Amino acid sequence: MHIRNVLIEETFAEAFTVRAARILVTARNERWARECALKLTGFATSVIGCKCEAGVERELAPAETPDGRPGVSMLLMVMAKDELGTRLVERIGQTVLTCPTTACYDGFPDAPDRLPVGKLLRYFGDGFQGSKVVGGRRYWRIPVMEDEFLVQEDFGMVKAIGGGNFLIQARSADAALEAAEAAVDAMLPLPGVIMPFPGGVVRSGSKVGSRRSKTMIASSNDAFCPTLRPVTATALADEVNSVLEIVINGTDAPAIERAMRVGIDAACRDGVVAITAGNYGGKLGPHHFHLRKVMGEGAKAES
Amino acid sequence: MMLSLTLRERPSQRVDMSPLSADQLAGKSAAQVAAIELACGNRKVRVDSLFTVAGTYHSEFEIRGGCDMLDRIGDGMTHGSIIVRGDVGAYAGARMKGGHIQVDGNAGAYAATGMSGGVLRITGNAGDFLAAAIPGAHRGMEGGTVVVAGDAGDRVGDHMRRGMVLIEGNAGDYCASRMGAGTIAVWGRVGASPGLGMKRGTLLLQATPGHMLPTFSDCGTSTQGFLALLVRSWRPVSEKFGGISATRIRAQRFMGDLANEGRGEILVWA
Repeated sequence: MHIRNVLIEETFAEAFTVRAARILVTARNERWARECALKLTGFATSVIGCKCEAGVERELAPAETPDGRPGVSMLLMVMAKDELGTRLVERIGQTVLTCPTTACYDGFPDAPDRLPVGKLLRYFGDGFQGSKVVGGRRYWRIPVMEDEFLVQEDFGMVKAIGGGNFLIQARSADAALEAAEAAVDAMLPLPGVIMPFPGGVVRSGSKVGSRRSKTMIASSNDAFCPTLRPVTATALADEVNSVLEIVINGTDAPAIERAMRVGIDAACRDGVVAITAGNYGGKLGPHHFHLRKVMGEGAKAES
Repeated sequence: MMLSLTLRERPSQRVDMSPLSADQLAGKSAAQVAAIELACGNRKVRVDSLFTVAGTYHSEFEIRGGCDMLDRIGDGMTHGSIIVRGDVGAYAGARMKGGHIQVDGNAGAYAATGMSGGVLRITGNAGDFLAAAIPGAHRGMEGGTVVVAGDAGDRVGDHMRRGMVLIEGNAGDYCASRMGAGTIAVWGRVGASPGLGMKRGTLLLQATPGHMLPTFSDCGTSTQGFLALLVRSWRPVSEKFGGISATRIRAQRFMGDLANEGRGEILVWA
């Protein structure tokens, strides 16, 4: 399959089940909502080294938020469900509690699995905290130097999918970056997905384990490194000189498929040779996103 | 046709209406409802000796010609709906756990005492001790929502533990006395000494009370983000309170009663 002369390889992206929370942060204005979101989702690119993966899902208009102020919706994901509560408390405690004018709400109110967040953060109030039950939900009012920090008592936890991906193989680094930027720009407005890496793009895709060190759980994906072409079992065509990866986490498979379809379509442009995907032979992750199937369902493709 | 009970004449003794909660009427025909016995003074009387019974019960029923001798309407109900055309006596909605009661008239003392869920709406005035604990009890209202379109008497929310009380008129003296938690909002004025003995909870006002206890301390004006959530939650139950802009979240905070733990608050919308 080709899309605008870009080869869509016959392969699939292999993804994993993760546990996710949706965090809604509101603030006095967009500036402080964004500042808070930037910090909350910072250093959360990969569970390999960050303990969680997080990203901005979308910005929220005042009419969409619980308190009628501008806000940002974020998704935070972990591999093990017993870690999600800890990550939420750490991050909300350090980045939302501290950020002027913000309040923090649960974005999965109907999820039956609940994690204590405000219930634990309230202890920062040192006994001066109070709570309000509104609409059947408890919110904690924690006194802070500014005035009060409002945070929901518990957050919903749902199953989600992490590790949806595609790789852009291009003739030059400039072409790869332009295609990656176009793909991310196209995917950003879509609900239910985040791209947790910087700007949504990964330049250092990894393989499982290491050739040299038994303690490394991941190392450079040498098969996709153009500079190693002569000394490794390269997966790259001769004209490929740069590869960038887009990693997509989503609330469900249709959300990831939709994002991949939109992103790959946007990435198929001049200078791009092929689109492929990262997998581990199908043995590790239960969710497989076959590129041609994904593109065949929604995009206008030329075979 | 909805089940309706029309009062024949004003009873000479107080009537305990608690056997006529929506829960206890489920599955009963008009004849069976007519045969239910109610305590009237020191006697037991059949429903049809006091009321004309018509229609069939389908999750809601109506009492026409209500008067202030009808006590304990909706006592302990968990679901369904009661509409009263006229006044009610004491303890309306007492121990109510769910459902909806609408009183198109005035309510007597101790309305919503022990209430833990549902909505009680009074289109007239409420008597003293609205949402308050009965003598000897440690807790007044424990949940749910009460809306009073008119005025409320003294000691609203005495020992109140949870829930919302919205008074669209004025409230009497000692509003929120000994309150433990929950929210009372008063659109109009409150009487003397609001928050006497208040431990926790919120009394929300539009204007600073004329007489404030010396054991309440002014904490200045600040942003109270939860007010936006409260206002939004009020929209289905009160046009007046629900009409407040959700962006109006600054309030002057008086903390007290400092003679009794002092974690309660009187908020005056800025």
